[in-house]
Amino acid sequence: MAGKLKAFLTGAIVPVLVLAVWEATARAGLFSPIVLPAPSAVAVRWWAYLTPGEPWDQASQSWLAWALSGELPSDAIGSLYRVLVGFAVGAGLALPLGLLMGASDRIYALMNPLVQILRPIPPIAYIPLAIVWFGLGNPPSVFLIALGAFFPVLMNTIAGVRHVDGIYLRAAKNLGAGQWTLFTRVILPASTPYILAGVRIGIGTAFIVVIVSEMIAVNNGLGFRILEAREFMWSDKIIAGMLTIGLLGLGLDTAVSRLNNHLLRWHRGLEH
Amino acid sequence: MAQIVVERVAKIFPGKEQDVVALRDIDLEIAKGEFVCLLGPSGCGKSTLLNAVAGFSPPTSGSIRVDGRIVTEPGPDRGMVFQEYALFPWMTVAQNIAFGMQMQKRTKAEIAARIDQLLGLLKLADFRDRFPKDLSGGMRQRVAIARVLAIDSPILLMDEPFGALDALTRRNLQDELLRIWAEFGKTILFVTHSIEESIYLADRIVVMTYRPGTVKRDQHVTLPRPRDAASAEFNELKRELGLLVMEEQQRHAADEMKLAAID
Repeated sequence: MAGKLKAFLTGAIVPVLVLAVWEATARAGLFSPIVLPAPSAVAVRWWAYLTPGEPWDQASQSWLAWALSGELPSDAIGSLYRVLVGFAVGAGLALPLGLLMGASDRIYALMNPLVQILRPIPPIAYIPLAIVWFGLGNPPSVFLIALGAFFPVLMNTIAGVRHVDGIYLRAAKNLGAGQWTLFTRVILPASTPYILAGVRIGIGTAFIVVIVSEMIAVNNGLGFRILEAREFMWSDKIIAGMLTIGLLGLGLDTAVSRLNNHLLRWHRGLEH
Repeated sequence: MAQIVVERVAKIFPGKEQDVVALRDIDLEIAKGEFVCLLGPSGCGKSTLLNAVAGFSPPTSGSIRVDGRIVTEPGPDRGMVFQEYALFPWMTVAQNIAFGMQMQKRTKAEIAARIDQLLGLLKLADFRDRFPKDLSGGMRQRVAIARVLAIDSPILLMDEPFGALDALTRRNLQDELLRIWAEFGKTILFVTHSIEESIYLADRIVVMTYRPGTVKRDQHVTLPRPRDAASAEFNELKRELGLLVMEEQQRHAADEMKLAAID
């Protein structure tokens, strides 16, 4: 317990120092608040951004709906929604294709050239085409996010299936397993470490792409909000939005990492 | 009639410069309930022969018959225990043992009862819901043995199953294997490069030559069980087989030197 507290205090030294220097610099008036708003101003702005604009009206809405009615919660929910839908579409297509490409040399030979041609194109480069195809709003954003999540999951799934140790296949055949059982109960679980590594990278990419896509195609979400704040020169709000993006990204990655640890609790690389 | 009949089996692995003749003219008959060790230095093809009997890698020529039927693919009538255990790491001990029985479409109650019985037999009861990564090597090999016993194969094929274990664990598992063998009347084909292990376990030791793998000596062991590794008869046999294996080991070493010289 004391060790944890000590580790926490040690970890806090540099961030607190940075904040103190930043606050002092801002207060000294060396820079205009547009260039460098004080951290205290960012905190105030962040609080205003987070909390609901209206007082709670018990008759018309539930407490939860009210608590989430602030600008920031609805932005965060909007961004998260796009990430999850986009990721589900991208990974949902990548997983079966990856399993097929990993398991069958013929399908691999058929699909791999196209995959290799498309893979190096960054999802951001699809923005103009996405707008032409899907117009504005959520659809182009979801399309771009799906694209960002698709390739990491695909590549890792292929690698995962190809790296399944042959001895598991031999053992399973020896115990009487047919092709389908071999696939569902041996190849699939044996490749999950790779697949989940791909999922984690895919979620990370999806999170980058959602911010960019919101700057272009939609009018809510965290990416949209920080770009909007720039038009009003609200630097404190820009920074508050960036911090929110950082926290959300951290939360998302932690959640995926926890899920991985649970699903891979059998895996030798993860002693805990 | 013999349960396993190996007839004029050869196995050739195509190589870049020249083909490797791993097995040549192997003739072997193994009776039901017999405990046979294949003994030889690494590279003598003993594992190749075992894999051929298992159906993982068919012979290039000749035939292998089990209970009169030619072996073409792996099957649960020949349960395999691997040196690397080959437990499914994503399954618990109980799930690993259940796997083969599920393939046989046994009922849930039957599977559960059999798991309990095997966990007891192999002293694994406390490890039922552990994953293989949490077990020692000896424990893992117990699970692997339980897994093949579960499917009631009349034949057990064992590929240096105790090769990676320390001496004490090894002796312990050897004794348990003998106990299981006596209790269930399995036919066992057991690959090892340990002379002592083969004498301790087998009814019959088949010594193999180094490349091409052929049968060098088919030695019956008539010492009464439990065998005493310190006895004069045991050591006399050990010395005799030791000479045979050493000859092959030297051919192996000479071959490796030649290869090293070419490189």
